[in-house]
This record gives sequence, C-alpha cells and structure tokens, in this order.
Amino acid sequence: MHAKRLAFLSLALGVAITGYMVLGARGSWSFILPFRGAKLAALLLVAMSISTATLLFQTIARNRILTPSIMGFDALYVMIVTLAVFFLGSRNFLAIPELVTYLTALAVMVLAALLLFGTLLLQTREDIMRMMLTGVILGALFRSLTSFATRMIDPNEYAVIQVASYARFNQIDTDLLGVSALLCLGALLAAWRIRHRLDVLALGREAAINLGLNPRRAAIEVLILVAVLVAVSTAFVGPIAFLGLLVVSLAHLVTPSGSHAILLPSAALISALTLVGGQTLLDRVLGLSTPLAVVIDFLGGILFLALLLTRMRR
Amino acid sequence: MRPIAIGLAALLALSVLSLFVGVAELGAGDEAWALMTISRVPRLMAVLITGAGLAICGSILQVLVRNRFVDPMTVGTGQGAALGILLVTIFLPSAPVLVKMAVASATALAASVGFLLIAQRLPPTQPYLVALVGLIYGGIIGAGVTFVAYQADLLQFIDIWTQGEFSGVLQGRYELLWLAAGVAALSYLAADQFAILGMGRTASINLGLNYGQVMLFGLIAISVVSALTVVTVGMIPFVGLIVPNLVSRIHGDNLRRTLPLIGCSGAALVLGADILGRLLRYPFEIPVGTVLGILGAVLFLWLLYRPARHAR
Amino acid sequence: MISVSDLSYGYRDTPILTDITLEIPKGGVTALIGPNGAGKSTLLSLIARLMPLQSGRIMVDELKIGTCASTDLAQRLSILPQVPEIAARLTVAELVAFGRYPYHKGRPGAEDLAQVETAIEVFDLQALAHRSLDTLSGGQRQRALLAMIYAQDTDYMLLDEPLNNLDIAASRALMQLLRQMAETHGRTIVIVLHDINYAAAYADHIVTMKEGHLGPCGAPRDIVTDALLRDVFQTDAKVRRLDGKMLIDV
Repeated sequence: MHAKRLAFLSLALGVAITGYMVLGARGSWSFILPFRGAKLAALLLVAMSISTATLLFQTIARNRILTPSIMGFDALYVMIVTLAVFFLGSRNFLAIPELVTYLTALAVMVLAALLLFGTLLLQTREDIMRMMLTGVILGALFRSLTSFATRMIDPNEYAVIQVASYARFNQIDTDLLGVSALLCLGALLAAWRIRHRLDVLALGREAAINLGLNPRRAAIEVLILVAVLVAVSTAFVGPIAFLGLLVVSLAHLVTPSGSHAILLPSAALISALTLVGGQTLLDRVLGLSTPLAVVIDFLGGILFLALLLTRMRR
Repeated sequence: MRPIAIGLAALLALSVLSLFVGVAELGAGDEAWALMTISRVPRLMAVLITGAGLAICGSILQVLVRNRFVDPMTVGTGQGAALGILLVTIFLPSAPVLVKMAVASATALAASVGFLLIAQRLPPTQPYLVALVGLIYGGIIGAGVTFVAYQADLLQFIDIWTQGEFSGVLQGRYELLWLAAGVAALSYLAADQFAILGMGRTASINLGLNYGQVMLFGLIAISVVSALTVVTVGMIPFVGLIVPNLVSRIHGDNLRRTLPLIGCSGAALVLGADILGRLLRYPFEIPVGTVLGILGAVLFLWLLYRPARHAR
Repeated sequence: MISVSDLSYGYRDTPILTDITLEIPKGGVTALIGPNGAGKSTLLSLIARLMPLQSGRIMVDELKIGTCASTDLAQRLSILPQVPEIAARLTVAELVAFGRYPYHKGRPGAEDLAQVETAIEVFDLQALAHRSLDTLSGGQRQRALLAMIYAQDTDYMLLDEPLNNLDIAASRALMQLLRQMAETHGRTIVIVLHDINYAAAYADHIVTMKEGHLGPCGAPRDIVTDALLRDVFQTDAKVRRLDGKMLIDV
C-alpha cells in the first residue's frame, strides 16, 4: 500500500516539476532551463530539508504538533545572521568571503540550537504546553532582536539583511547552491542512515533504553541535523512557519506508519510537491502576487489550531 | 507612600524627559512652543493613552478569558482591527474616519469573540494551551491580512499597522486616541463587575451580575481601544500581558484598586520604551514595538518560569 | 547474577533508596515486594539503567551499569516498566518486532522473524497481530508489551508489576510461563508483585523492601510469616497453610 502511494506521489511531483520548468516560459530554452533548473534544485533541497527536520524533531520531542519553526529555529538562524552583520559591520561582512560567513553562522546556529533547545527538550516532559509556549515566545524574541539589530545598523545596511529575512521562493539565492546542497545532502543521508534508530526512539525513552539506545545522545545528534537542515533552508528562502507541520501531518495521513523508512520519503515528496506545485500554481497558473509562504502559513496555521484543539483537549 | 503616588511621580518625571528628547533643537520662544504643541506634546499624549489603554485592556481580557497569559495584541483583537481597516481602505476608501474606525472596531470585536468562544471550549486546567491557541489564532488572522494586502498592493500600510511606532504622531493625527482614553476610563466604572466576572460564571450569576452584558461591554471596550491604537500608532505587543501580571503579583486582583495602577504602569512602560527607542540609535529611532517586543518577551519568559507564588 | 552494592538514590532532599546491597542469583524467579513507595520501581529502573546512578554500584554478570555499552546490556537484560508509554502508532506485530532491534539494528534476519512469530504465539496474540496498539484493551496491550520483552530473548528480565491490567487467567498463565522460562531455559526473572499470594506461589526468592531499605530476603516458605506482614506491610493479615501451599488473608 505504501509503495503504491509513494509511487503516486513521485508521479505527481514529476508533473509539478514539468509544469514548473515549462509553463509560462518566454525566450530561449537554453537560458530558461538552467535558470529555472537551479531554482528548482534549491526548492527541492528546501522542501526535503524542512520535511526531514520536522519529522526528526517530532520524533525526539515525541509530539506531532511541535516543529522546529514553531519552536523558533528559523527565527534563531535569521537572528544569528543579523547579529553577524551587526557585530562585524556590513563592510566587513561583505568583504569576508560569503562562504566563511555562511559556515560560521551555521556553526553558531548548531551550538545555539543545542544550548537552547537541548535543555528545553531534555527537561522533564511534564509540561509540554509550557515548552511550546516557551518556543513560540523565544521565536518572537528572536524576531524582535533581529528587527532591533537591523535598526541599529544604518538604513543602508538594513537592506542587506531584509533580503534574508522573508520567505521568498521566487528570488532564490543560488550562489551558495553547491555548498548548501552538499551540507543538506549530507544531513539528509545521515537522517536516512539512522532511520531504524528513529523508529526505536519513537517508542519512548524507557523502551529505547531497554533496546540499547542512548536517547540523550540520540537527541543531541538529531538536534544537530535539525539545526543544519533548518539553517540551509532558511538561508535559501527565509522562514516559513508552518510548512513542516503541514507536510508531516499530511505524510502521516497519506502513509500512516511508524517506520521512518516510509515517513521520511513520504514527507519529502509531499513537501516538494507542495512547494513546486504550489509555486507553479500560484505564480504560473493563477498569476497571484501573494507569496506561497503566506498561503502556506495561513493553511498551516489553521491546521495547527485544529490539531491543538482536537489532540490536546482532555 | 501609596504605590499609585510613586507611579504617578515616576510617570511625571518620564513625561518631562520625553518632552525634551528629540532630534530638533529646542530653541526659545515661538519656535520652541510650536515644536512642543505640534510634535512633542501630541507624541507624549499618544504614548500615555496607548500605554494605559493597552494595559487596562489586557487586564480586562485576562479576566474575561480567565487566563493570565493573553494580550489583545497577540490573540487576534489587534489583527482583527488591522483586517477591518484594510478592508475599508480597499472597498470604501472615501469613508469618513469615524466610519473606518467603527468598521475596524467591529472586526476587532468579531475576532475577540471568536477567540473567546475557542478559549471557553478549552480546559481551564491548561492555561498555557489557551495562550498558545491565542497566539496561533492571532497569527492566522495576521496571515490573512498579509494575503489581502499583497493582493491589493497595500503592503506598506501593513508595516504601519503592525509595527507600533510613535514617530508619526503629530497634532491633528492622533486625536482619535482620546476616544480610547475615554473608553478606558469608562471601563474603570465597571471594575467591580469585571472582578466578579473573573470569579467565573456561577459566582457572577450568584452575585446577581448580568454575565453576558458585562462580558459584551468588556469585549467592546477592548476592541475599540485596540482598533484605535492599531490604526493610529500600530500594534504594540506584550504591554497588555506584562503590566497586569506584574501589578497583580504585588497588589492582587481587586481591579477597582489596581486598575489605576495598571494604567499608570502601562503608560510608564510604553513611555520608557519610547524614550529608549529614541535615544539608543540617536538620531534615528527604533520603533517602540521592537523595544517592547524584546522587553516583553523576556518578561513573559520570566513569568513562565518564575517560582510559583500563587497556585495559578 | 545481579549484584547491587551500597546503592543509594534520592530525589532532591528525599532519600528513595538507602544503602542497598543485594545479590540476585542467576536463574529462577525473584519477587520484589513491599508497600507502596518502598523504592521497588526505583531499584528496578536503576538496574535497567533507565535512571542514572547517584552512588553505589550495580553489576549484571560482568557488565557494569553506567559504563557498559547500552546495546550490549540490551542483549542481556530487558525491562518492562510499570507504566510503559508507547506513543507511536504501531500494530502489535510491529511492536513485538522491535524486541529484536538490539540484535539486528533495523535489518531483521530469518531468525529474528521466527523469534517474533514465536513471541506472538506464546502470548496468544495471533488474532491481534495487525491491530493498532491504541485500539487494544489494557490487558491486551500489556500482553503485547510482554511479547516484545519475550522476543528480546535476554538472560535477565525485569518486570515491574506486570500483572496490572491482567485478569486471573492471564496472570496465572504469565506466572507459569515465567516459571517455565526460569526452569527450562535458566532465565533470571526479577518481578515486582503487588499480591503476596502470587509471590508466595511462584517465586524462588523473595526480596522485601520498606521505605528505601532492604527487609528480609529468602525463600517464600522461610520468610512469608505473620511477622513479615506486620513489620513490612503494617497489616494484621494471617498466613495460612493449606495442602503445602501458603495463602495470605485478603
């Protein structure tokens, strides 16, 4: 049953990709195909990163409502990049090779995520609501700090970052595609390799220990992967709050299973379909000017509310 | 000395300071007088009214929802007001200001009622859930506002309404806020009723209170003040949450006694944040919404993790 | 053999276990009994490395708890916690299959599949094998969890009040199975029991605990007496002997 559904999802994704590449093309194909191809590659990377990060995070948090975005991961990354501009000054910031800044921000991101969310996740699980609320408020705090830092920098420099803090699928920065793809594929591969361990972790702390795993160490490893994946996708397109929640919930619906060997590809396919298909539909077919991120946030927000109201009511 | 007296003295000192902080050099004579009446005094008034109004609204909303972690600007009231003013701007651009305000207040009211209906279905044993649902509910309405604004090409307005800022306040551009001041003052008359409402429906009915009527009055007051604030200066987060919590921690929940203090503290908080925003990056300004976003979030986290003083 | 020496454990300022030194012999059924809050579950959790040690030492054969590789211990010792919270949406067969994870790490071989099959049969779960766990009754779920531990096939099995949720038929069947495993396969079963009647009837050794301290230990017929019930459990129930069996007043 799952294999058939995965095949169907792949087929749908194939159609969406074709649509994205050919629809509304004006001009020579030799220009359009590589131009759109690079953006498509970035979209696919982002889609897989977000779905995988969300799935991993939900497994260690043992909660189907929490996602890295809801807990403020992407806001944290945007803040780190902004603070880098703030402290290094934009002239330096731009003079330092982009790659170095990028990797430094990534390293800081991994550390900060471990410190902040590691302690939050490893604390006693008695009050999941307070934990979620903490995440949401932390996200708000990071966003305010980002906006504060951007205001402290000259209005001129403000422009440098503003580009980096909105979800935008249309003007994807493809300069770093190579490095990001490498990082991202590495993290995705690592996630795939631990898929069986993830299945065991999902059983719960005591069951996982009984079967010989160290949940604490596993949580740290998974948090590192999540931090890298979120950083890469945020660097590409900016924060999209509810995409992860939306696609992973859909994956649980389409391929209900406790096995990450099924859930990981299923969520990745649905995520890619949502981004590529949604972008094609919104931009090339309907001709709407609203960014896809806004639509996803609206739908995902409603889903989140519905999940909270039905699942958490006792 | 009574706390309210200390509060008033502090507020007065801050107000005087506020009048003398600014980019334009204060000279002497007519020019200085003009600068004061056209810019500095209106700005001070706007700040005071907004701060006091939001803090009072926050404590009323917390009583109505019976939850300490809600704030009109984050649970949909503010976003509802923004949606209303956006729709009026699109469909009735030539409507008089008062009509626009009425529509914004009405949508704010509808959004608040929606939140209240959801909140009442949630278990009172899970206070954080109510707060979380409120934040997401507000976020969804906010996403709806952004969507409409994108389609209507009105994005620049969104920034004005969502980023609370007082730098645009000038004589002739803020007077509607006095209406908010009036509503906030009026709600003080019902302080006892609100306090009883906070004890729950059964207790209210037992004490002979018209539960629905008081509830509706409270919601209308919150919606009008929020709508006026959003349209005039933009959204200012966390004031309505932090101030009532801090005051209640020290002075309890007898609203007749604490509402003046709450209003006074709210005004002082926003004024302090406004002065800070003007000084930090002189001669540029940091919006008061950003300053309070940081201060408020930190205080909120502290409230979440403080050692419990009361049972709740 | 499980040997515990000088084990103490506390939560904040409250001591839960104080200076426990204990040897649980290899092979046989050892029952852990005592009033509520005596520290039985804590002791079991510490042996099974579910909680970090604070002071003292625990050895399971040559494996030292706290330093030995968790995955090695998982092939030697298994635990069924008192309130096992399985969050994942799994079928019974999927859950039982996880019992083999310590051996195959995600790639089950033919032998693993056979073991799972056996475990499902032993606990009479064939009809439920493809039902989701959240559709089962408390007793059925308990049996599924027991089957998972069974499939794990370890020398030592720690069971924390496994009779919860089980009716009398299932309780007796489980105790008989445990006895049989101990006798024919040389397994070591450590089991927390609420009902002293079960302990007296099925255990080879009884370890009693009270307020974090060790009480009398020994064979049931030697230690289960009126005095024990009075000292450890603070109740005036009498022990009666009938046809060579012990029965405790209820």
